[in-house]
Amino acid sequence: MKRDKRWLIAAAVALLATAGCGEKAAVTVYKQGQYQGKPDKQPWDNDQFKGDKLAWDKAIKARNNGQNEYARVAK
Amino acid sequence: MARMKFLADAERCIECNGCVTACKNEHEVPWGVNRRRVVTMNDGVPGEKSISVACMHCSDAPCMAVCPVDCFYKTTEGVVLHDKDLCIGCGYCFYACPFGAPQFPQDGAFGLRGKMDKCTFCAGGPEADFSEAEFKKYGRNRLAEGKLPACAEMCATKALLGGDGDVIADIYRTRVLTRGKGSEVWGWGTAYGAPQKPSAPPPGGKS
Repeated sequence: MKRDKRWLIAAAVALLATAGCGEKAAVTVYKQGQYQGKPDKQPWDNDQFKGDKLAWDKAIKARNNGQNEYARVAK
Repeated sequence: MARMKFLADAERCIECNGCVTACKNEHEVPWGVNRRRVVTMNDGVPGEKSISVACMHCSDAPCMAVCPVDCFYKTTEGVVLHDKDLCIGCGYCFYACPFGAPQFPQDGAFGLRGKMDKCTFCAGGPEADFSEAEFKKYGRNRLAEGKLPACAEMCATKALLGGDGDVIADIYRTRVLTRGKGSEVWGWGTAYGAPQKPSAPPPGGKS
């Protein structure tokens, strides 16, 4: 009887100690460019840029800086 | 690699709704769906402020975390996109999103809730670039054309900036400093610039 109780206490302690181990991460893990069976092409992989990443970067950079009117308009 | 972001300048926004119209027109968004909208605080009171709100393409997007069918994905440029073929229209993302970005078309006789629709940063979706299917489901893919979102490029006062986070943060910081203020510049990168490469430790100094 006494041995049974000890086993019971040991099992309860072990259960309590590992209770938090089953918790899953709440933050989604994703891979850049593709995510769980949903691959998408890069924006430069098309007929317009033909895989030329540098040309795409240049086009986007020009558009980015085009929003800065202090640079566009002469002082 | 660019990390695409939007930045809304409340000091410049004149609530013209040009961004909303540009978005609607560019993607032929149906009635009842507003990928972008202008929110005004203290409307009608002198000193009212407006900002343009859409999906902010969060770095750690809550919509991605809560989606039960994992239909979201993130591109290399940091644009949060979703696959409408996987979406079940449950609406969890709408409750998770702090900006109210996910929209649900409600047409049909019984007010059926359709598949989620949201701002794509004009980057289309998982369908082939420039295809009809991509346009129908997600709208135009301006990013693949080497262009930035229509709303930001259309903005007359440049209150809405869109593009590489570091570049638009620099533009905004210059603007605020030219105004002679500084308190509106919040966020480390926006206030102090893009992270610089660590300089070499001084001779004799501890590394």
